[in-house]
Amino acid sequence: MNTEAVFHFLGVCVVVSPTLLLALFGVTSLIDRPIGERLMAYATQTMVMIGLFAAIAILALMLSLDIRYVPIELGNWVVIPEQHFHFHLKFIFDRLSIPFCILSFVLCGTIGAFASRYLHREPGYNRFFVCYAIFLLGMIVSSLAGTIETLFFGWELVGLSSALLVAFFHERLNPVRNGLRVWSIYRIADAAFLIAALMLHHLTGAGDFDGLMGTGSWPDGHATISEQHALFVGLLLLIAAAGKSALVPFSGWLPRAMEGPTPSSAIFYGSLSVHLGAYLLLRVSPILELSLTLRLAVIFLGLISALFGSLVARVQTDIKSALAFASLTQVGIIVVEIGCGLRYIALIHIIGHACLRTLQLLRAPSLLHDYHTLENAIGSHLSQKLSFWVRFMPKGYRIRLYRFELERGYLDALIDLLILRPFLALFRLCDRLERRWTNLLSGGESRESDLIKPHAETLEEYL
Amino acid sequence: MIPELHLPWMELSILITLFGALWIRTIHDRDKAYRSCLLICGLVFVTSVCEWIDFESLHAFEARDHFHLFELFFNQDIFIVDELSAPLLPLAALLYLLTVLSTLKTKGPRFSFSSTLLSESILLATLSSRESWVIISLLSVATLLPYLEIKANKQSTRVYVLHMGLFVALLVIGGVLSSFGEAGDSISLIAGAFLTTAALLRSGIIPLHCWMTDLFEKATFGTALLFVTPMTGAYAVVRLVFPIAPDWALQGIALVSLTTAVYAACMTLVQREARRFFCYLFLSHSSLVLVGLEMATPLGLTGGLCVWISVGISLAGFALTFRSIEARIGRISLVKYHGLYEHTPTLAALFLVTGLASIGFPGTVGFIGTELLIEGAIEVYPLVGTAVVIAAALNSIAILQAYFRVFTGARHTSSISLRARTSEHVAILILVALILGGGLYPQPGVTSRHHAATELIRLRGAVLHEPTAAIDAQAGVSKTPKAEPPL
Repeated sequence: MNTEAVFHFLGVCVVVSPTLLLALFGVTSLIDRPIGERLMAYATQTMVMIGLFAAIAILALMLSLDIRYVPIELGNWVVIPEQHFHFHLKFIFDRLSIPFCILSFVLCGTIGAFASRYLHREPGYNRFFVCYAIFLLGMIVSSLAGTIETLFFGWELVGLSSALLVAFFHERLNPVRNGLRVWSIYRIADAAFLIAALMLHHLTGAGDFDGLMGTGSWPDGHATISEQHALFVGLLLLIAAAGKSALVPFSGWLPRAMEGPTPSSAIFYGSLSVHLGAYLLLRVSPILELSLTLRLAVIFLGLISALFGSLVARVQTDIKSALAFASLTQVGIIVVEIGCGLRYIALIHIIGHACLRTLQLLRAPSLLHDYHTLENAIGSHLSQKLSFWVRFMPKGYRIRLYRFELERGYLDALIDLLILRPFLALFRLCDRLERRWTNLLSGGESRESDLIKPHAETLEEYL
Repeated sequence: MIPELHLPWMELSILITLFGALWIRTIHDRDKAYRSCLLICGLVFVTSVCEWIDFESLHAFEARDHFHLFELFFNQDIFIVDELSAPLLPLAALLYLLTVLSTLKTKGPRFSFSSTLLSESILLATLSSRESWVIISLLSVATLLPYLEIKANKQSTRVYVLHMGLFVALLVIGGVLSSFGEAGDSISLIAGAFLTTAALLRSGIIPLHCWMTDLFEKATFGTALLFVTPMTGAYAVVRLVFPIAPDWALQGIALVSLTTAVYAACMTLVQREARRFFCYLFLSHSSLVLVGLEMATPLGLTGGLCVWISVGISLAGFALTFRSIEARIGRISLVKYHGLYEHTPTLAALFLVTGLASIGFPGTVGFIGTELLIEGAIEVYPLVGTAVVIAAALNSIAILQAYFRVFTGARHTSSISLRARTSEHVAILILVALILGGGLYPQPGVTSRHHAATELIRLRGAVLHEPTAAIDAQAGVSKTPKAEPPL
């Protein structure tokens, strides 16, 4: 067996293992025959291990053979030769994708083991693991994508699983509302991504990252499009990354995402999902190189987000929200690093931060217990020092700043006020006009549905 | 010479449904009528699938039935299947089969099986014919059945009658004018304008869409669903308008369709009731199909034809899920959260799968079609084409919003089991298999639709630019070799 065949086999193992996991969980759920908790945990463990060891084996082989770029060609999924349209299934193992892929497997494996105990006998156990499998597949496909369409495929899977997991405790209203908010932001980001992907396809004639980034593997590639095109496409990709990584002005969804169960908060919004935007910027970093304006925009967005996260994290009253904004601070710094062209530092920062934040979030439910243990050990309360800035800032400004931080920069309120409410008001007006029109044509009341009362759940309510 | 199918599948399908409708009218026992209707729909589905397989085995662009039963009465070939209509016939038959299969006994008294079979026979006949006058007649006749049902329900028919009356009048005037005009002359253009307006009215393009929401309000969900989901308006565009309209007119219509797609997508987000919500969702998707069809470019048209199939499957499943829930709790208000997940997890899963398929979520049947459509749109209108992406994004938000409203957000208490019945389960699994199967293995479907698109464009070019070649083209002399046998 030659080296190429070994790489191909291992590469296929990496991608197929999460696919099989999703197929197993998905099919059994759809036919209404969910498998038991123990079998689910075992299947998760096995498939993650297979994927992880295959990825590590590829890394070891690449290091030993001094190979920096391994493409795994799975052929064309769809091709229309006459129109030069093809959806190429290609995965690449390089210095960016391998660390991110291994990180995804390690953290997902840890969370899988943790969640199998944490959610034991929870009614939504099966549902959690279905979403988990979708997420894992999405992360692996996104990490290893060799074409922008494949990356979009994985990106969408991550978005769906994230929104459903935020709404995991779905008998309560808040998680559901927050899930919808997360989904809405993600869809805006996805729309920007899709337009950027199609534009790139048009400009370069292919969706392949090799074609997009010119010659050389990551991080040495040089994009071949013009500066104006790079700026336009780059800004769209920046919007996509900002939506996925909760950068300003989309930061409002991050604390809302913490409504989900702790394992999903830890892995998705604390460590992996929140870094996917930064990963996208790293993957397309040769495009950033082409435009100074674009790089400045990236740095500016990163700085603003880091500052915002740092300020708001200080006044949060629950640990998960505080950690969410602390994550945002770090992601902002990572984005600044990417804008400055420090790609390796950004990659190392992502790995370190993801591992630390996962650990912190998993410990979050026992934080008070840890505090008490600590205070018992030292025999007094922990001291709380006043901030350095308190000495210089007048009290009035401090109160205003505190309110700004407590209201999370009024970002959600501003989005509601400037976009959501005018949008809903406009189309409710259209709806009313349509009603008047059909009433006029009918010569009377035309909408039976207006009279529908919300369904009465109990006999008492009905009566 | 047009090749022949090995058996008269199309005529068989139409006759089975026609005689079935008459037979069921004589049955008074609802259960027996249900079983008989199911049997007939199953039989028709099998014959339509056989027709598709038979047609594919011929490797031709078009084919006619074997025995020409109807030729005895009409003195010409009425039913000719081609690459456009070949998959639409089994799709329509499947839609009817699944609708009947998922009809619960509680719906029995309001949902007429006999009328359903009659409308199926009219639909199959419409999709099997290419002659302008046959299509115009059948489209006009099909409007009668919902009218009769609304009237039987003692509801106001004025909105429906005004719109459908206008539709029939425009069709007839357009049909008459087109028979006097030559390709490219002014009479032909005026005829095209009448036929286009009629087809757009039937497709629910704004501001002529209010009949559709009114129909969903006043007819049974099943009837409304079966009247709009097969997208006969789009079929009329392809058969009556596409061959004669110049490029600028088609692209103008595409812009109107795009506006409708975005407007309807926005309207889904403010709806307070499930049927109206579905109506706008469907309107947005069917307008996107029209956008693709009217691009008149191979990529856009291929995308439009792919989305036609995917939207047909996915939104039919989506509507059947709504209908199944409605059968359990009555008309569904979207103002409040119902929390039905714990009672109907399978329906919830189907709701999500079908909804996501309709927006072209990766791994589902709609993904590649939507990609092709967006690429086709951006190819023709680089900036305006992005509106397709915006419409898709808004639809996806609306779908998840509806999912959360119906299945989550509260703890629903019920003294009876609301779980899906076996027949509903079967319908659900068939749809999911089609959605995921078509999504994971899309190449045969895309190849088939691309070949159909290129042939349609070639025929259109022949009609518009070479009137003599048009005669050859109409006679079925295809010069384009088929790339590979699809499916």
